[in-house]
Amino acid sequence: MLKDITLGQYFPGDTLIHRLDPRTKLIWLVGYITALFLAHNVWGYALMLGVLVLEAALGRIRPKTLLSGLKPLIFIVIFTAIINLFYGSGEALWEWWIFRITADGIRRAVFMALRIMLLICGSFLLTYTTSPLQLTDGLERLLEPLKKLRVPVSELAMMMSIALRFIPTLIEETDKIMSAQKARGASFDTGKLTERARALVPLLIPLFVSAFRRADELATAMECRCYHTGGQRTRMKQLVFARRDILTLLVLAGLLAAAIVLRGLGT
Amino acid sequence: MPILETRALCHVYSQGTPFEKTAVHDISLAIEEGELLGVIGHTGSGKSTFIQHLNGLLKPSAGQVLFQGQDIHADKAALRAVRFGVGLVFQYPEYQLFEETVFRDIAFGPKNMGLGEAEIRERVYEAASFVGVGGELMEASPLELSGGQKRRVAIAGVIAMRPRVLILDEPTAGLDPAGRESILANISAFQRSTGAAVLLISHSMDDIARFARRMAVFHEGRLVMDDSPARVFDRADELKQMGLTVPMATEIALALRQRGVELPESVYTVKYLKKLLLERRGEARPC
Repeated sequence: MLKDITLGQYFPGDTLIHRLDPRTKLIWLVGYITALFLAHNVWGYALMLGVLVLEAALGRIRPKTLLSGLKPLIFIVIFTAIINLFYGSGEALWEWWIFRITADGIRRAVFMALRIMLLICGSFLLTYTTSPLQLTDGLERLLEPLKKLRVPVSELAMMMSIALRFIPTLIEETDKIMSAQKARGASFDTGKLTERARALVPLLIPLFVSAFRRADELATAMECRCYHTGGQRTRMKQLVFARRDILTLLVLAGLLAAAIVLRGLGT
Repeated sequence: MPILETRALCHVYSQGTPFEKTAVHDISLAIEEGELLGVIGHTGSGKSTFIQHLNGLLKPSAGQVLFQGQDIHADKAALRAVRFGVGLVFQYPEYQLFEETVFRDIAFGPKNMGLGEAEIRERVYEAASFVGVGGELMEASPLELSGGQKRRVAIAGVIAMRPRVLILDEPTAGLDPAGRESILANISAFQRSTGAAVLLISHSMDDIARFARRMAVFHEGRLVMDDSPARVFDRADELKQMGLTVPMATEIALALRQRGVELPESVYTVKYLKKLLLERRGEARPC
């Protein structure tokens, strides 16, 4: 059940997208999101959707996988859409008490839902095609200038890679404890809300206990290998910008330019 | 009629994704009332996946699981009752302890069954005595106990449901020899006094050889042997090819046979080997 959560999961592969430098992909994501927020009309959104589909196709990520990533967040999407539905200006199509729905409101709602979904899917494409290790490596390199400002970039990157590393472990652990409690008759998916909340106690307590135990063990293991902060580290795998990275960044510049141009088109 | 039975059970993980993996292939196994069945297999041989089907935690991709002749997935509402009838103790069960006191943790299962206060109390004390947890520990926090005691409490938590079938996945993993010995003896005593069927997964061939009357061997998701320990250990070469070991006594008997000592087949307990060797000694030097 929990194994089906694809949030932050990496699908190994050897496509163009997989081979790109993680820094390129991170910059791409920032650029893509910027362009997404520039989109203002049908053309803009069509372009962003098209780019996403192309990305997914190039990275050989199935639409089903991409959409299943949306599932846990569907509530936010719907909630935002509904809120936006009532904030349109112009002539009312339907009115009741303080609620009014306008054509503008519907347009906003659809666009806002689409924007969030594209945002999520775009970010998922990054994590689907980039291993967590590469991702933190890329992030660390991109944030390197901040070291001059005494921001502990390496330590943050280490924390992030440890956190990412332990997500699957914790999910597995949760799954195990859940099964063990279910075997004793616990049920997590039936009953009233308060009952369900109470049913989480037998799950959360062992999970916390084991998370702390793991953290302790890891800290000891790291200390045994003389890990300390602030050391100068070299990398086993050096990141190198290839031609495909430069091309990708050029495409990104084009995408941003197109987004700005399309913004002027209206409707 | 076997109390618990699987028919052509298959399980595929992550079906339809790049991670698709068939963990269990076409397993038909029947567990008879009151028997002690040992299950062995290498890590990743599918035994842990298999046992999670037996109380309906996993749903088979194909095939059936029958408890007392009924398909456990036929009626969703009855599935919970199956979990009480088929008790499953996971590997390292001490990590599931969560209550403030030992008593309340053991009582978790019976409470979920909806039993009355007095009945719960009786079952908790009974289960605790089966695994050798004394009354003085009942009010202690389970998180403060030693590793071996935690394990006992966790096993008691399942036994307290009075299951008709008790399944234990490596109940002795990571314990010292004395702790292993006593937990196995507890389980064996539980089986004899309640008449429940026990399915015991173990890496230790010696443990299985001593306690089980029947053994199932898993290899790469398939059930490759299902026989008495004597007959299974006679196929020592095959077992070794699968990366499994044979009991120490069998190993010694094999080595002795290679050196020309005549010994019968099916030696798998130290006790039997000792008897045979003493007999031989008696023959060689009659006095």
